[in-house]
Amino acid sequence: MSIYGLLFDQTMCIGCGACEQACQAEHDQEPHKVTRLDDNSYNWVQDLGDDVYSRHFCMSCEDPTCVSVCPVAAFTKTELGPVIWDESKCMGCRYCMLACPFEIPKFEWYSVNPRIEKCDMCIHRLSERLPTACASICPTGATTFGLREDLLREAHRRLDEDPERYTGRIYGEYEAGGTAVLMLLSRDPAASGLPANVPQESLPYLTWNILEKLPQVIPVWGVFLGGMYWLTDRKNAVADIEGYKREHDDD
Amino acid sequence: MTKFTIPRITFWRCVTVLLAVLVAGIVVRRFSFGLGSISNLHDGMPWGLWIGFDLLCGVALAAGGFTITAIVFVFHLEKYKVLVRPTILTAFLGYLIVIGALLVDLGRPWNIWHPMIFWNPHSVMFEVGWCVMLYTTVLFLEFLPFVLERFGIHRPLRLWHRYLTPVLVLAGVLLSTMHQSSLGTLYVIAPQKLHALWSTQALPILFFVSAIPLGLAMVSVESYLSLRAFGKRLHPEILRDVGKATAVMLLFYLTIRIEDIIVRGEFGNIFAFDAASWFFLGEFVIGGLVPMFLLFRRDIRENPLALMGTQALVVLGMIFNRMNVAVTAFQLGTGADYIPSWMEFVLSIGMVAIGMILFSYCVRNLPVFEEGPVEDPRPADPIAEMTR
Ligand code: SF4
Ligand code: SF4
Repeated sequence: MSIYGLLFDQTMCIGCGACEQACQAEHDQEPHKVTRLDDNSYNWVQDLGDDVYSRHFCMSCEDPTCVSVCPVAAFTKTELGPVIWDESKCMGCRYCMLACPFEIPKFEWYSVNPRIEKCDMCIHRLSERLPTACASICPTGATTFGLREDLLREAHRRLDEDPERYTGRIYGEYEAGGTAVLMLLSRDPAASGLPANVPQESLPYLTWNILEKLPQVIPVWGVFLGGMYWLTDRKNAVADIEGYKREHDDD
Repeated sequence: MTKFTIPRITFWRCVTVLLAVLVAGIVVRRFSFGLGSISNLHDGMPWGLWIGFDLLCGVALAAGGFTITAIVFVFHLEKYKVLVRPTILTAFLGYLIVIGALLVDLGRPWNIWHPMIFWNPHSVMFEVGWCVMLYTTVLFLEFLPFVLERFGIHRPLRLWHRYLTPVLVLAGVLLSTMHQSSLGTLYVIAPQKLHALWSTQALPILFFVSAIPLGLAMVSVESYLSLRAFGKRLHPEILRDVGKATAVMLLFYLTIRIEDIIVRGEFGNIFAFDAASWFFLGEFVIGGLVPMFLLFRRDIRENPLALMGTQALVVLGMIFNRMNVAVTAFQLGTGADYIPSWMEFVLSIGMVAIGMILFSYCVRNLPVFEEGPVEDPRPADPIAEMTR
């Protein structure tokens, strides 16, 4: 479970883009305008029109799909909350991209030694007890940093206080089994450009459900095959005794 | 002494050379400018033609390897023994192609061995990686006797066949069943990203079960191609029985497939007559039901040409199915747009071509068929040959 989290309140965001700039500076990227998440942009403030904005960045799932699918365990869920990627392990299969329910990991398509790029929730700052770059710069308090527990309570408080203001639920409370990042939205996820059909349960369970049965299935299947091997072979032997010509298989 | 001769310039030789040059060029480009420079893959479509065709179909088409070895060595139906060697060779080459394709598709292919040291048993891809490594090794060991025999090393071979072959066969069948199904499991983790007609927890079962009729169909088609190319006589009685088995296994698969859709309450989607439903009907009716009904008919099975045509339809149907899971269903589910670039196609075709060239080389030089290496290729009239 994440210790820290982020709370984004769509009704308070003014679309100033300060968090984008802070994020780029924090990650030593050339300052640039962001129009979608890509290998050089971990954070995107999307203009939805009518002065409504949404933010896109890694949700830092509690039970991250990316951690579960990576064949070489390049992703780690840290105790603090961030989900980080290890360059020295990755083999570039892109399964994390296929599997992430929020479509967060991006790939360096034009690099010879491509990296997987995504928001790391400022792990280096968190480990020094500093809030993320985006939260510390946000002038309106639309993005706040804190203990996930507290943020969740705060989100519920806002929701209860003024239900009309929001869509009635907290995006990230249950999405993909819950995420460290929580969003209070005034527009539906779909209308906010966020994935709307994210299952409300942790995804790694779906495949683990199947994989964990292998230690049981393999012996049974092996015994079945071995048994068939022996059984049918014996039948041949019996047939042999009964005078049928048996073709020798030593060729 | 072999006489030095200038190779005759034929149409197919030109095509091969052209293809080889193109493939080499594309690979150089890949390792100079990155994957984006040769493919139309993008962040919204991380897997495309290569995973769909080279990996999923490649492995599926190698299914003949485990089906036939299981039939012959596990169930001891020895009359099918003539089919074993060509199918082992095909499976082995198939897996080499899969690895070749992976080396291009992976972003950091030099780390391809990392699953050996960095374990993540929760990852399906981890299982896939291990299956590829282990099963390729098993196939190599199954293939090795061809080479030993060729060089007249017979004594160790006898021991080999007595003690090692049964172990290899059991391990091979186990591994390849796991591998076939795990390729389906890959997609189970993203149910919301696949169109409802393909998005199911049963994918591993479907991939495994469908691999059996596909393997059988592949064996038949290969036999026909070997006849065309090397004048190998077909074994009509055997292929007829293989046809029968294909029909039954197809029925089995199609039943599970449709039941799964009904249980999930998605039956209506089949008759929505939108893109998804047409793609589904193509795979299910044209590549499944039609060949199944044909194979159940005696007159079709007794006519070698019709039999081969029908089996080829089964193969196409299964390729269609795998491509649907990997590309169509994903696109329909996420709205990602993607049409493979011509370089992706060329690379895939190149991989197949390399496989065929290696196959024909092995057939000419190793005892793949009963009578030993094939000397003189190509019968005068393959059709007459087939019905002989
Ligand atoms: S949002 Fe995606 S990349 Fe981020 S932790 Fe969750 S699964 Fe991983
Ligand atoms: S691309 Fe790298 S980080 Fe992503 S799943 Fe594959 S090996 Fe893991």
